[in-house]
Amino acid sequence: MIEPIFLAEAAVNGLLLGGVLALLALGLNLIFGVLDIVWVAYVDLVMLCMYLVYFLVMLYGWPVWLAGLAGVALGVALGVAVHLLIITPILSSPPINQFLATGGLLFFVQSFATFLWTTDHRSVRLALPIIEVGGMFLSFARLAAFTLSILALLGLYLFLTRTYIGTAIRAVSQDREAMALMGASPQRVYVVTSAVGGAMAGLAAALLSIQYSVHPHFGAAFGPITFMICVLGGLGNMVGAFVASFVMSEIISVGGVVWSTEMGYVIAFALFIVMMFVRPGGILARRD
Amino acid sequence: MLELRGVTAGYGQFTALWDVSLRVEAGEAVAVVGPNGAGKTTLLRVVSGLIPPRSGDLVFEGRSLAGRRAHEVVAHGIAHVPEGRRLFPQLTVADNLRMGAFLPPARRAFQETLERVFQLFPVLAERRRQRAGSLSGGEQQMLAIGRALMSRPRLILLDEPSMGLAPVMVLRLFDLIRRVREEGYTILVVEQNVRQVLKLVDRAYLLEVGRIRMEGRAEALAEQDFVRKAYVGL
Amino acid sequence: MAPRVVALAVLALLVAGPFLPMGGLRPYVLHVVIQIYIWAFIGGAWSLMGRFGLVSLGHGAFLGLGAYTTTLLWNFYGLTPWLGTPAAAALTALLALVVAYPCSRFRILGHYFALVTLAVGEVVRLLIVAERDWTGGSLGLTLRPAASDASLLAAQYADKRVFYYAALLVWLGGLWVWRRLDRSMTRSAMEAIGEDEVAAASVGIHVTRFKLAVTVLSAVLTALGGVLYAQYITYVNPETLSGIGVSLRIVFAVVLGGMYSLLGPTVGTALTVSLSEYLRVVFGVKFIGMAETIYGLLLMLFIIFLPSGIYGSLHDLLRRRRPAGAGARA
Repeated sequence: MIEPIFLAEAAVNGLLLGGVLALLALGLNLIFGVLDIVWVAYVDLVMLCMYLVYFLVMLYGWPVWLAGLAGVALGVALGVAVHLLIITPILSSPPINQFLATGGLLFFVQSFATFLWTTDHRSVRLALPIIEVGGMFLSFARLAAFTLSILALLGLYLFLTRTYIGTAIRAVSQDREAMALMGASPQRVYVVTSAVGGAMAGLAAALLSIQYSVHPHFGAAFGPITFMICVLGGLGNMVGAFVASFVMSEIISVGGVVWSTEMGYVIAFALFIVMMFVRPGGILARRD
Repeated sequence: MLELRGVTAGYGQFTALWDVSLRVEAGEAVAVVGPNGAGKTTLLRVVSGLIPPRSGDLVFEGRSLAGRRAHEVVAHGIAHVPEGRRLFPQLTVADNLRMGAFLPPARRAFQETLERVFQLFPVLAERRRQRAGSLSGGEQQMLAIGRALMSRPRLILLDEPSMGLAPVMVLRLFDLIRRVREEGYTILVVEQNVRQVLKLVDRAYLLEVGRIRMEGRAEALAEQDFVRKAYVGL
Repeated sequence: MAPRVVALAVLALLVAGPFLPMGGLRPYVLHVVIQIYIWAFIGGAWSLMGRFGLVSLGHGAFLGLGAYTTTLLWNFYGLTPWLGTPAAAALTALLALVVAYPCSRFRILGHYFALVTLAVGEVVRLLIVAERDWTGGSLGLTLRPAASDASLLAAQYADKRVFYYAALLVWLGGLWVWRRLDRSMTRSAMEAIGEDEVAAASVGIHVTRFKLAVTVLSAVLTALGGVLYAQYITYVNPETLSGIGVSLRIVFAVVLGGMYSLLGPTVGTALTVSLSEYLRVVFGVKFIGMAETIYGLLLMLFIIFLPSGIYGSLHDLLRRRRPAGAGARA
């Protein structure tokens, strides 16, 4: 029998993980909602930003928060670069080609990282304290990551609802042509969207750096979870993805403690299949 | 103000407009009428830049706009209220109007323009926080026109504004369009409802199978056979 | 008919293959050609779905499920792969149904469907890695050697030529299935469904049934390909036989060669396998990861500059060369 305190701890840890997963899922969904393209290599871009944070901290002695900001900046740069170089030429290609293009990017990024830095796991070694809250031992790193991701998500929400360009991004995902008639250059909206998506990847990278070690196949660990969250929440559905992130993270965390990390995945998969039968449009799918 | 000279345009291998020429003077209200599939919508899409003309020219206030993309055309002072309205259904009325004022000069005058729009269409003020998708047909059309006004255009293109509206609503709508016209906007409207639109405009063109067949003052065209046929349904 | 003569000649050449002089390179050449046959077969299986718009990015799931089922049954229970294969087929069919049914019933299409299949493929990989106690995890699993060098029971042979002919037969079998499907009612029904599901349903086409049938067929054939591959290589590994990597590779090969033609997958696979081999030989162990990096780069460049695949691009090129006809289609 598992002691309730461990369950509670797992539940809280799941919550904390969920915040960061939400950044990933929402970044991916944002881009999909506007561009109608899934960046298969999204989490691999996160991996690149994590490497940047690692090298800045461990090789150049930067403070973590500054390296984190650099990570976000790289995320923005990568987002824009990927859009201009890879996405723009294939905007009107059939979806299968779009998947292959971003898939090719996945191969390229993972292998190039292996070539440059080998498969060694690299960790930003930070001695961050463990905090005790009501009998539960929680890592400060996780708490900080959670708080920052929630703040970022809040920022994203405000950006999307209160600013012109943010509202334009929402509008474009509803009717691309009509937005052109409003005077908004579609290309400009796409670039901004890609930049924001990239920024979220960069931030997620910064927050994950203090919790996990990075290696070229990091995307293989977090990628599938991110895709499952997106499908679970309904592709393109931001609120759905937000909810699904926490559902997934809870399952993985609690399942991981009760059985094993692997069983956590199995249960998540089982839930995924069940959801497919029950609510195939995603958790918050509208019946329309 | 607006002049089309020998415009030919279409989609892919299909040509929808053949050598179309027309003019709209500043302050005028001009209609383009014709049966389904005549190419009326294509015509407006060429003017607003959604489709490039294959040949011919498009001149607005002395400047050639042929080949300019839609978001550039708006900046020159042409607003297009598309067929089917094309609102942003999940955005509120207020957000839809805000998007209409996306361009920087329009943004600067946002409050002022918004007041004018609310005066013209008070129901929009009432429903400003409502999702555009949940409005009635008539309200949606008003919002679509209001949204176009937010960009402070000089020429407004209206594509089938009466489409999908109940007859009573159509009368109200054309009244409102008349008021918009009185505010000083130049209007080019495409309509299937020939009788109503001819009462609204100064001049009209008849477009059939991609070519201009007839043009003249509205009263003159109203006497023509085809109008009678359209009304009686022969 | 000239094409038929050519086809027979090529076939004769292929059959005679293992006995042709090849210098000292025979084992290597046979090895590469066997892989081409197997992966072309798998690509063909994928294209049964792909050509009708059911783009799956998770065929690695079926591949891995097939390969691991027979391997595990043999390793742990001594069950001959000849019996293990139907078991693998059954399991794969079940997985295909479980995934395809809700997708079909609730009209999950396009990007959404692709992403669902991607997730499924990855989950199978994760499960294999997770249950490392009996699957060997990411280190993979070696097929338990048979009692002798040539065992029909274990379907293991040291002599590559046996696998050469087995793979050749399977590949030809795949072409036969493709042809049969191409000429069947199913093909017309699926094309109708691909154009407009609602319209198809309204003329009495049982959309779900057709989609499920095609999906299950594609899945089971893929699993068979996986089993054959496992028996030949005598080693299974979650990276090579499941997950997004292999799934994308399959898709790329088919798109490269042409998704809508009989030999498209074969042509594409021949090219991609040759490319992989070439890169592997050039870079070998010296620059780990560089071969894959180039592969990924070429994949991106190819999709951007030759989007209709080789066949499609050639077709466009030839069409442009001919003088433009009247141009006016009805």
